[in-house]
Amino acid sequence: MSFAYAKAAASIMASLLLVACEREQRDFQTPSSGSPSGDHYQRDAYDVAQGKRLFNWMNCSGCHSHGGGGMGPALMDNRWIYGGKIQQIYQSIHDGRRNGMPAWKHRMTDQQIWQVAAYVRSMGRYLRKDVAPGRDDAMQSGKAESRRERASAIVPSTPP
Amino acid sequence: MTKCASEIRDTALDDGALSARLAHIWGTPKTFWGFMTTVDHKEIGRRYIVTALFFLLLGGLAAVVMRLQLGSPDNKLVGPDLYNQLFTMHGSTMMFLFAVPIMETIAVYLVPLMIGTRNVAFPRLNAFSYWVYLFGGLMLWAAFFVNTGPDAGWFSYVPLAGPQYGIGKRSDFWAQMITYTELSGLAVAVEIIVTVFKMRAPGMTLDRIPLFVWAALVTAFMILFAMPAVMVSSTMLILDRLVGTHFFNWAEGGDSLLWQHLFWFFGHPEVYFIFIPATGIVSAIIPAFTRRRMFGYVALVLSLIGTGFLAFGLWVHHMFVTGLPRLGESFFTASSMAVAIPSGIQIFCWIATLWDGKLRLRTPLLFVFGFIVNFVIGGLSGVMVASVPIDTQVHDTYFVVAHFHYVLIGGAVFPLLGGIYYWFPKFYGRMLNERLGRWNFWLAMIGFNLAFFPMHILGLMGMPRRVYTYPAEMGWGGLNLLSTVGASIFVLSFLVLVLNIIRSLRSGEIAGDNPWDAGTLEWAATSPPEPQNFSRIPVVTDREPLWQNPETLPVIGGMHADRREILVSTLVEATPEVLESSPQATIWPFIAAMVTSVTLLASIFTPWAIVWGALPVGIALTGWFWPGGEKEDES
Amino acid sequence: MTAGRIRSVVQLATCSSALQACSGWQSALDPHSQTAAHLAGLFWFFTAICAIVWVLVVAALIMVLRRRRESESVLPGDDFPHQQRRKAIIVGSLTAITAIILTVLTYMSFYATREITWPRKHVLTVKVTGQQWWWQLDYQNQDPSQSFGTANELHIPVGQPVTVDLEAADVIHSFWVPNLIGKQDMIPGRKNVLTLRADKPGLYRGQCAEFCGLQHAHMSMFVFAEPPAAFEAWRRHQLEPAATPGAPQRITGMNIFVHGACATCHAVGGTDADGQTGPNLTHFAQRATIAAGTLRNTPANLSRWLADPQAVKPGTNMPQVPMSPADRQALVAYLEGLK
Repeated sequence: MSFAYAKAAASIMASLLLVACEREQRDFQTPSSGSPSGDHYQRDAYDVAQGKRLFNWMNCSGCHSHGGGGMGPALMDNRWIYGGKIQQIYQSIHDGRRNGMPAWKHRMTDQQIWQVAAYVRSMGRYLRKDVAPGRDDAMQSGKAESRRERASAIVPSTPP
Repeated sequence: MTKCASEIRDTALDDGALSARLAHIWGTPKTFWGFMTTVDHKEIGRRYIVTALFFLLLGGLAAVVMRLQLGSPDNKLVGPDLYNQLFTMHGSTMMFLFAVPIMETIAVYLVPLMIGTRNVAFPRLNAFSYWVYLFGGLMLWAAFFVNTGPDAGWFSYVPLAGPQYGIGKRSDFWAQMITYTELSGLAVAVEIIVTVFKMRAPGMTLDRIPLFVWAALVTAFMILFAMPAVMVSSTMLILDRLVGTHFFNWAEGGDSLLWQHLFWFFGHPEVYFIFIPATGIVSAIIPAFTRRRMFGYVALVLSLIGTGFLAFGLWVHHMFVTGLPRLGESFFTASSMAVAIPSGIQIFCWIATLWDGKLRLRTPLLFVFGFIVNFVIGGLSGVMVASVPIDTQVHDTYFVVAHFHYVLIGGAVFPLLGGIYYWFPKFYGRMLNERLGRWNFWLAMIGFNLAFFPMHILGLMGMPRRVYTYPAEMGWGGLNLLSTVGASIFVLSFLVLVLNIIRSLRSGEIAGDNPWDAGTLEWAATSPPEPQNFSRIPVVTDREPLWQNPETLPVIGGMHADRREILVSTLVEATPEVLESSPQATIWPFIAAMVTSVTLLASIFTPWAIVWGALPVGIALTGWFWPGGEKEDES
Repeated sequence: MTAGRIRSVVQLATCSSALQACSGWQSALDPHSQTAAHLAGLFWFFTAICAIVWVLVVAALIMVLRRRRESESVLPGDDFPHQQRRKAIIVGSLTAITAIILTVLTYMSFYATREITWPRKHVLTVKVTGQQWWWQLDYQNQDPSQSFGTANELHIPVGQPVTVDLEAADVIHSFWVPNLIGKQDMIPGRKNVLTLRADKPGLYRGQCAEFCGLQHAHMSMFVFAEPPAAFEAWRRHQLEPAATPGAPQRITGMNIFVHGACATCHAVGGTDADGQTGPNLTHFAQRATIAAGTLRNTPANLSRWLADPQAVKPGTNMPQVPMSPADRQALVAYLEGLK
């Protein structure tokens, strides 16, 4: 009986530790190009933070504001014209979309686009709370990504 | 006093019977349960010291890796991310997990013995503080081992440690570790103050208190006033990071400088938490090894108190280059210089005592000499950095690194090592080997100076702090290599110490009660002390009671011999006031520490943990304070 | 003994093995401005006093050791009253002397502070913004057509005071050029100011002096102090856009730069590349180093940097942009032509 408890405790600890390992990884080497799955980017706090930095630097707010949308659609809700999974967001950024979303494939590296996609995922709080970024050291446009309510299940819209 | 039929007083028993009885009443069974429930200050003190030395080892290993990385230019042993974690862990461990706790805990062990009482004032709080400290330290190092060690420096400036640039959970672990260690430190400070004020042996008036006890008392008061500042600032940091407050957000009305003010308001006094008890150790060693009463007792006490007050007026000297108004900064130059005066008085009084002394040049005194030589270098480089204009050149360079290592290692670790050689016989009943002690001293002296003196020059040559590497063309390689070699020798000296301790524990020369023929009360107890410390509480009529009464000490009678009991005395004159029960062993402090620790750990991830955790903490505290079990409640 | 003689004596005594401390770039003890000289002089004065104090303390300890009459069997004692009185007078006097020395040192600090922070008329204002992990320099002028931006290398005219406005874009940095002046922090949300003046022409190295993250170690800057005419020529050249390349390889390189990822972050005047988040590269080829002092600016190093910035400066915000070796060579040729 006590052995079962010990095993349970050990596996909880192990999973907590593994989670920490993944969250805190700072991988400075560029991965080989064309990595099919960018899933791990949305479990890595450093990548999400870099994505946020790039979101500001590339002036994505110019069309998307800080997630609330403007000329471009909102990014913090659960409606995704082209799909809200990270691979789909990556595709949207990489290739651009009709009606004004520029293609970034020649403007940013793949790794950077994955990072931005991971950050965009955090806007609707699809990321774990401990991975999503905290508030900016700047004027506030809304709650920090880690404190937002998780947007409900993604509702795919039909592309225009 | 009402006399119940069944009670037994110590006047009814002879020494042998009394001693056996009290040892049974106060003793800790050598079982696991005994270990977990003990409230004996000596048990807790010893494990506290061992834990602090363990953290010294971990922090020291971090430093060894840093020195190996810096030993040659453009080195690739360690990358920037790991290096940043290493120097942050080194600083945080040394300051929060080693230096302050070990000074507090030496006091926890020795103060009751030195003032002639049987335990500290709040024994269960003492146990609680140890467990909280242990959990906090383990949490921080566990975080480091899963790549979540803090990486923003031991003083964690914002915005680098803030929500935007302090990525992940690393700085949260740092900030919460502060909460654990400050909770633990405040608890011990409260115990020491009350113990020293209210539990002294009859006749030990305020001017007969040993200087070590004065140092512990002044430190405890400083802790009381300074630690809340860092608890507040670390809580604000966690709130900024977790909940999105704006304490340090300049764009929404906050300020990064607020962090620096709050942190350094604590941070400067903190270095005195480390230094002042060390001066207490020096003041304990010198009379024993010069066979003289300390010269200038009153001046020394006033210096301790003066340093304690002045230390609170210096903190802006850590912020001289932040762009604060120069007039204000200049005030802090004056106050930072002024704090050298009480330290100077202490040194003059010590040398005056040594001057006519009948010196016994044994290891503890060697370390005192090493302390004076090294600490004065550190103090003088401190006078230099206290000057605003000089600081504009040397701030945040290796010059400052050299300065604070000279005052912390020279000014605190050397006395600590001397104290270890001095009190080891009391703790364990065996002497440390004198020859190994000399090796220990000389290796430490040479290694330390080789490691840290070149850093003064490196700082002036332009080498900033906290750099994981440097280019070869700067010409810093030679001195860095020298420093690394010195550090290795310094590490070697600690290995000699460990060897000495292990050998002595096995087969060291048996020490008697008072192998040094010192004068203070702890040497009247056996070596190691019996669980009750003193079977009969001594009466004191002199600063050095054992020198005044070398054969037998006068004692007081009439205490109960069938319960844990301590004597409460008045604050100034130490006339006996009340007989007070002292708590039995109990598991509640451990439970309370556990639930507090889990609550604090969980609150790194969600603020709701405070709410959920309040219930178990409340239950634990209720169990702890549930009345009953004291004989005086029943009579 | 004048301050100068004290300085040279102490220098001789302490500098023997650490000769480099006394002359070298980025050394606080090798001043090339009045301010830095004042600071160095103050430092030597303090060192002299402190060294004397230390020697006296050690001498006292040696005397203590020589005086000792070791004995195991003597009862512990106390000083006689006349001994106590004498000691009290000595300790009291030493305390008073300590207080006087400290007062003198404090006063000298105040005096030096006043000397080096007296506001001076300036001819030039440069806004320096600390970034993770490079220096953004904006030479400002009331006439916008005379303003320009550059990075990592500050040019100033010799003999004239230059005001440096210090800001920070992200975390706290610190501007420090020890040969010229003491440091001042660059704090986000706060504007700090330094006025510096180089007295001799030369190249001075500075380094960020407040821990700012992963690559704090590789955030250096160079200050070129030039005669006013040379500075003016440099300044006018900075205002010009980059010359259009002629050689085919350079044209290829330019196209890669402007149409690829480079232009997203970097700007080159006279082209469509107008990125604002990385260093301005308009006259990159004139710079002595790459990546804020990390590498000497040679074609081989530039190729190494472009191939993988993360290998040179791990954690830097510049990504590794995949490109073929031929493309990279073209890019190197283009950049090294941006004079």
